[in-house]
Amino acid sequence: MQEVVLDLEFIIGHYNYWLFVILMMTGLYITVSRGNLIKKVVGLNLFQTSVFMLYISMGKIEGGTAPILTGDPNTVYSNPLPHVLILTAIVVGIATTALALALVVRIGEEFGSIEEDELIEIEHELDFAEESAEASPVPGQGDANKGEPGGK
Amino acid sequence: MIDLIAKNLPALQVVIPLMAAPVCAIFNRSRLAWLIAFVVAIASFAMSVALLGQTLDGGIISYHLGGWAPPIGIEYRVDVLNAFVLLIVSGIAVVTLPYAAKSVAQEIPREKQGFFYTAFLLCLTGLLGVTITGDAFNVFVFLEISSLSTYALVATGAERNRRALTAAYNYLIMGTVGATFFVIGLGLLYMATGTLNMADLAHQITLRGDTRMLHMGFAFVLVGIGLKLAMFPLHLWLPNAYTFAPSAVSVFISATSTKVAVYVLLRFMFGIFGFDYAYQQSTLQYVLLPLALLAMFAASLVAVFQTDLKRMLAYSSIAQVGYMLLGTAFMTQTGVMATVIHLFNHAVTKATLFMVAGAFVYSVGSSKISELKGLGRIMPWTSAAFVVGGLSLIGIPLTVGFVSKWYLVQAALELGWWPVAAAIVLSSLIAIAYVWRIVEMLYLHSPSPDTKAKEAPLSMLVPMWILAAATVYFGTHAALTSAAASRAASTLISTSNIIWQ
Repeated sequence: MQEVVLDLEFIIGHYNYWLFVILMMTGLYITVSRGNLIKKVVGLNLFQTSVFMLYISMGKIEGGTAPILTGDPNTVYSNPLPHVLILTAIVVGIATTALALALVVRIGEEFGSIEEDELIEIEHELDFAEESAEASPVPGQGDANKGEPGGK
Repeated sequence: MIDLIAKNLPALQVVIPLMAAPVCAIFNRSRLAWLIAFVVAIASFAMSVALLGQTLDGGIISYHLGGWAPPIGIEYRVDVLNAFVLLIVSGIAVVTLPYAAKSVAQEIPREKQGFFYTAFLLCLTGLLGVTITGDAFNVFVFLEISSLSTYALVATGAERNRRALTAAYNYLIMGTVGATFFVIGLGLLYMATGTLNMADLAHQITLRGDTRMLHMGFAFVLVGIGLKLAMFPLHLWLPNAYTFAPSAVSVFISATSTKVAVYVLLRFMFGIFGFDYAYQQSTLQYVLLPLALLAMFAASLVAVFQTDLKRMLAYSSIAQVGYMLLGTAFMTQTGVMATVIHLFNHAVTKATLFMVAGAFVYSVGSSKISELKGLGRIMPWTSAAFVVGGLSLIGIPLTVGFVSKWYLVQAALELGWWPVAAAIVLSSLIAIAYVWRIVEMLYLHSPSPDTKAKEAPLSMLVPMWILAAATVYFGTHAALTSAAASRAASTLISTSNIIWQ
């Protein structure tokens, strides 16, 4: 039995999936690690786009043409379904991006900043102002969840 | 005409709110938009009652959209489980809207109220669509319709507190990451089976056997839905979103959106992967069960130390989601049934409590616990509704909370898992602590002399008390809900292994 340590043909043959993985991880990393709200949205877009690539490459058949009837029974067609699905996902992605950017604009207007660490600071101050207004602050208001998606 | 409506009921359930939403936006007048939304909610409630009536005896309605037969076309497949969840969602919408009229009028500027109801109806459309569809990709589309409108709804809380904006933004980022994980999972499932129809997926999976691709697909779907339903370590978006959303939105999303996500999880785990899918069994036992237990304790403990009523209720929601996941992790008929019945029971309880919180916001201007001093005397009806809801949250007999916990403990004992049963009871004790803090504030303090608070208006009290009465009614007449839940659990288990026709 021959053990294959590095199946080069397998790796190169699936290059589109490797690109999907790289793009996906890049996008997710940017979304989690960047402090700037716009950059987070960019990361999210990359992340979503990688999924489009996954779907598009799974529908592609080697030597397949666009799925338009040619009348020739020997024609090989690519699978149109994943491509259609991803059109829907692209629309969803656009809507998400538009909403996210609208929120960033509003955040910028209200807080005067779109940097996450500054926002957290402002919110801490808001919390502190509320708490000191009370007669007896309750312990445990650690509020670990404050405005931090994904965790750093 | 009647015949035509009856035949197209599953499609109308989704199409009517979807069509009404832009109408609300066109007539951007707050009163009219509210009326349209309310009429639509009543219509969808009536339809979901009709659908539940048709499926309660175990029948399955299969509706082919556009006449295209599945698995090629999109199928709406209603069985008793969907119909039950549809009933929860549309029922909560019907009671939330009368409540919303006053509280939205106070919290949201007039010119935006039409759009508020548009987003509300879109959210309702999405939730109903997720529940009714039998097509896996359709689930994603409707999930995003409901999520996107929820982000917008949460952000409308900015008029009261600008932190609603950052809460909505964080919810958007995490929700989208979750949805994208879900799509990746669907893609992998499609690659492995070549179909997206849920029933066909289940069939193909039993035919083709276990592969690593399926494992990956399952894991991606689980994490994606886990983000949407605030499974314990993925819950970070939830507390701020529920706290800073307008009161009516908190009521609606706390009672429906996580429940629908739990339904999707049930459908995928048991409807598609099947009850005897070995990989799932180990995942549930070693991943989901500990996380559910952790959620029950950690989230309840955090809830005890909150200074804001809405935030406290939000953490309590995370703990309650833990109970639902616990029921699924048992992988028994009783366990699934406990989850399904808790969907209903928790929806009723949490909606009552968030309505109370909203009434305090309406009268006092804040949901801070320290500002609720002595309101038991000034707002007796609102405070009493809190006591009823709070008792249900703890799981005191005669309330719905007791029914859920009863079945959960029973499911744990059936398997002989004594420590888990003890954990359910122990975590309920923590609920006593946080509910008591509020009750003490309401009743055992004298109100501050310069308070301008007065009892909430009738349009808020009536929905609140309808739900509070439901909490007690279904707590004492549990036969109704438990029959539906038990049938839902057995259909889920039996359909998980049948061959698709």
